[in-house]
Amino acid sequence: MSERPWTQRHLLGIEGLTADAVRHVLDTAEAFYEVSRRPVRKVPTLRGKTVLNLFYEASTRTRTSFELAGKRLSADVVNISVAQSSVSKGESLYDTVKTLEAMRPDVVVLRHEASGAADYVAQRIRASVINAGDGQHEHPTQALLDAFTIRRHKGRLEGLIVTICGDVMHSRVARSNALLLRLFGAEVRVVAPRTLMPVGMETYGVRVFDALEPALEGADVVMVLRIQRERLQGALLPSLREYARTFGVGTRTLARAKPDALVMHPGPMNRGVEISPEVADGPQSAVLEQVEAGVAVRMAVLYLLAAEPGEQVGA
Amino acid sequence: MTASSASDDGGERLLDAEAIARVIRRLAVEIVEQTGGVSRLALVGVRRGGVPLAQRLAAEIERAEGVAVPVGSVDIALYRDDAATALPDPKIGPSEVRFSVDGRDVVIVDDVLQTGRTIRAAIDCLLDYGRPRRVWLAVLCDRGGRELPIAADFVGRVLDLDAGTRVDVVFDGEGAPRVTVRPRVDPRGAGGSR
Repeated sequence: MSERPWTQRHLLGIEGLTADAVRHVLDTAEAFYEVSRRPVRKVPTLRGKTVLNLFYEASTRTRTSFELAGKRLSADVVNISVAQSSVSKGESLYDTVKTLEAMRPDVVVLRHEASGAADYVAQRIRASVINAGDGQHEHPTQALLDAFTIRRHKGRLEGLIVTICGDVMHSRVARSNALLLRLFGAEVRVVAPRTLMPVGMETYGVRVFDALEPALEGADVVMVLRIQRERLQGALLPSLREYARTFGVGTRTLARAKPDALVMHPGPMNRGVEISPEVADGPQSAVLEQVEAGVAVRMAVLYLLAAEPGEQVGA
Repeated sequence: MTASSASDDGGERLLDAEAIARVIRRLAVEIVEQTGGVSRLALVGVRRGGVPLAQRLAAEIERAEGVAVPVGSVDIALYRDDAATALPDPKIGPSEVRFSVDGRDVVIVDDVLQTGRTIRAAIDCLLDYGRPRRVWLAVLCDRGGRELPIAADFVGRVLDLDAGTRVDVVFDGEGAPRVTVRPRVDPRGAGGSR
């Protein structure tokens, strides 16, 4: 009873977490999932704590999800979209963080376009830091909410076949998910056009495919990634229509997966590009459940981090 | 919350299975009598020790009255008054109240009443599910030591014990149901003081 599976001061990535720590977050999230379904969807747990949402990249759903999670825990939540404020005036990440630290936040949730930004801030601030996406590196709460959703449907993560399709190259979601699922011994397959597959993906212990249908064969879970148009400068893709034809997940291609395969997408979806509308709205789609799971998982993470401030300084 | 490791070793037995069964039968009668019947009654156990007790009381009421009253559970971890300063609870269980509490007589059930802090938290949690007509409190043991103005409506046994002792209620676990008392070993132990 006194064992403490969670000892992290920050959540910077899935890398470095144990399977026990991940399981603990998911178990804790179950309690918060229930909170969000009560008549009064709020608990007093983090009264008097301050959560700073510091977003250097546009993001509606992740920011809203963290905001709601903090508010349902009774924390004070402040949203700062830096794209519209100091960065345009030339203030560095360091100065911004130091300024914000003077406001004494307990948790800083950081989204930044540079890989490693959350790490950088965590080393320079007293608050706990949650990485809400740093460049092409990691997006740990997305992987946790995906795992939570899968576990609710399949009852386990161990031994499942999970196919991650799409823009693996630019996807921190793919990376965090691959790391998490491998912790539990799931078979992870990644599939993308060669131009969107980073070299060395095999080092994550995943199977690499360059054609969609073989990658979907017998899959328990199909994770579709968003084609990130804003990151696709140059000629990585011939055209979106070409991509939809060869790598878009539709009814016909999905039939290669198990009949009860779960379809997931981190959102926002490009309907008709990486996923067909029939699949996106179909009975196998868990897209909206992922959104609900996101709030519960982020409540769990906020609770685990904010409830012991500075407990293990230097950890 | 009940301790898990306690067996018969070293603990002085206060109630045995037979005594507990008698107490529960009496509590069930009192609850039905005083709350004015079973039609709008519901029981809510405080996790974890209060939950099996609430179920036993409900079974007893059903046996006597022929009516199954709804039973729920609340986990107070998120409502603790030290939630933001103490270490996070190692395990939070979901609360389960799958019936409307509006207009009902809800009896909160716990195994041991001491400081009253747990019950304060349980009341707050319960009220997030709606507005009961009246909230009652039933406990198996009242060992005194209140730190909040809280009193039980239905008490199985009043215990007069030193502050440095710990009461263990084994109800649903290994061996026969029993209530034991022993010297407190770990002051931060499994919630015996709450």
